[in-house]
Amino acid sequence: MAGVSDREHVSHDMGMHTEQLAGRTQQTFFSPEEGESFVYPDAPGVDFNKRAEFDAQDLDSNAINQKIRELMNDGHGTIVVKNPGAKHSLGVGILNRLNLIFEGSLGYFGIGLIDGPNVRIQGRVGWSCAENMMAGTVIIEKNAGSTFGAALRGGDLVCRGSVGSRTGIDMKGGTIIVGGDTGAFSGFMMQRGRMIVCGNAGKNLGDSMYDGTIYVGGEIKDLGVDAVPGEMDDVERAWLTRKLKMYDLLPDKGVDHFTKIVAGKQLWNYDNLEPTEKKIVL
Amino acid sequence: MCGIAGLIHRGNTSDIGSEMTAMLQSLRHRGPDSTGFAVYGVPGPGEYVIRFKVAEQEDLATGFKIHHEIRARRALVDERILEMGGEIVAAEEATEYAYRYRVRFDGDLKRLAEFIEDVEGAEILSVGNALELIKDLGDATVVSNQYSLNGFTGTHAIGHTRMATESDVDIRSAHPYWAYPYNDISVVHNGQITNYWIMRREMERRGHRFVSSCDSELLAVYTADKLDNGHSLEDSLRQSIEEIDGVFTYVVATKDRLGMAKDTMAAKPMVLYESDDLVALASEEVAIRAIIPHEIDTYDPYDEEVRVWQA
Repeated sequence: MAGVSDREHVSHDMGMHTEQLAGRTQQTFFSPEEGESFVYPDAPGVDFNKRAEFDAQDLDSNAINQKIRELMNDGHGTIVVKNPGAKHSLGVGILNRLNLIFEGSLGYFGIGLIDGPNVRIQGRVGWSCAENMMAGTVIIEKNAGSTFGAALRGGDLVCRGSVGSRTGIDMKGGTIIVGGDTGAFSGFMMQRGRMIVCGNAGKNLGDSMYDGTIYVGGEIKDLGVDAVPGEMDDVERAWLTRKLKMYDLLPDKGVDHFTKIVAGKQLWNYDNLEPTEKKIVL
Repeated sequence: MCGIAGLIHRGNTSDIGSEMTAMLQSLRHRGPDSTGFAVYGVPGPGEYVIRFKVAEQEDLATGFKIHHEIRARRALVDERILEMGGEIVAAEEATEYAYRYRVRFDGDLKRLAEFIEDVEGAEILSVGNALELIKDLGDATVVSNQYSLNGFTGTHAIGHTRMATESDVDIRSAHPYWAYPYNDISVVHNGQITNYWIMRREMERRGHRFVSSCDSELLAVYTADKLDNGHSLEDSLRQSIEEIDGVFTYVVATKDRLGMAKDTMAAKPMVLYESDDLVALASEEVAIRAIIPHEIDTYDPYDEEVRVWQA
């Protein structure tokens, strides 16, 4: 049984075998042509130069989200929401291109389930910001709560301040960038994607991570189970520099002092190939 | 789920009754079962404020007889305060079954409290020089109006909106909690304590009493025990993270301090705003926005973080 490890022998003897995954995740779901200009069937066509703004002070979360929908359907490509007042679930489920600006803070579950928009939040965000985000860019000017970018699948999620615990829990792609510190259990069960923390990281960093990469510029309190330091090459340094520069977060001393953390254990049936469809979406 | 909130004015007093009502009302969605306030007023010299009830709200639906019984129970409490050497300076009726007494007393406060609670249906909600504890079924506005909390002047307050998960929907299981023998202490908690029974039995062995089967009461008893044994509030909060298991974020208030602690898993939320003259903290930022409408900087405390502020 050439090429089979000792551990695999045991499972073979028991009648089990390692599933051959090579090729399965190479399946193409979208053609490259569609990938270039893919839009959801009911996504409104918007013009970035058509700008609208409204005051959300006296509106509840549903009414604010409804108002954003109406403005998008009218073709507004730049929408400014004033006084969001830390209300919950704002800006969720936007599946098309849009420039969305919140002049204030969001509560819990803000900007979840989005695919495409560029969002700027000029305040802070509560728990679970940009959960399940597929694509686009979200920039938060102040701090963020826990489970920041939970189950993130794509796009860039940037917080200039510090974030709470369990940042990037279960993340499956995309990039999380934190200008300040991050709390305990960051990168917990991370499966793909990259997380960059310019400040310090709390305890159990990368606990139970399957795959993906975490870069930390400051101190790491301790590493979680299965997380180990990795070696950075020049390509990664160039990528880090470019990403941080893009969001004006590049430290004066560059990125040489960053520590790279990766999964230290290969899971039995885990395929870490990046799916082709992911590349098209990104 | 539950919502907790706290605020403290540094070196100043304010209408903390209205402020805490606004904070808790905006957290209503986190738990509509009951609402509780612990407000710290300006203490009168040599006086205690005792808030107590002699029946539960649901008892009122049991028939006409209860109204007569409530009057009889209250008369018995009055009698016992006098018998112990206390003087009732003022008596206010917050509801038919809950009262606020200002009492001049210089004896053993624990004995007085136990003597009052010996009356059928009687339960002391709070006793202290500065602390007043109000809790009842309903949302913050309902409870605040019922107990005339708007306009209450003081330095600091904590509050709680409860989603009943571990025990019944009644006043007894509502937060905040306080505990003998250290007066002026109150606690609100969001989370679940998993070594409750072990810790409760230990506390009971040490002579502490529990009035409910709600796990959050343990934190009040634990803190009272620590403070009574000479520990600082900060030490008590730090030690609780080591000794108490479960997921919790809780806020403690004493006569002149406000403190918070977050467990090792950081599983329960807390948002914090801090300035030179005001500290406000709550399960959600929307509660802080209810009293500070302009744009502010807030942050989430991390795991095992302990903070204490002085009034």
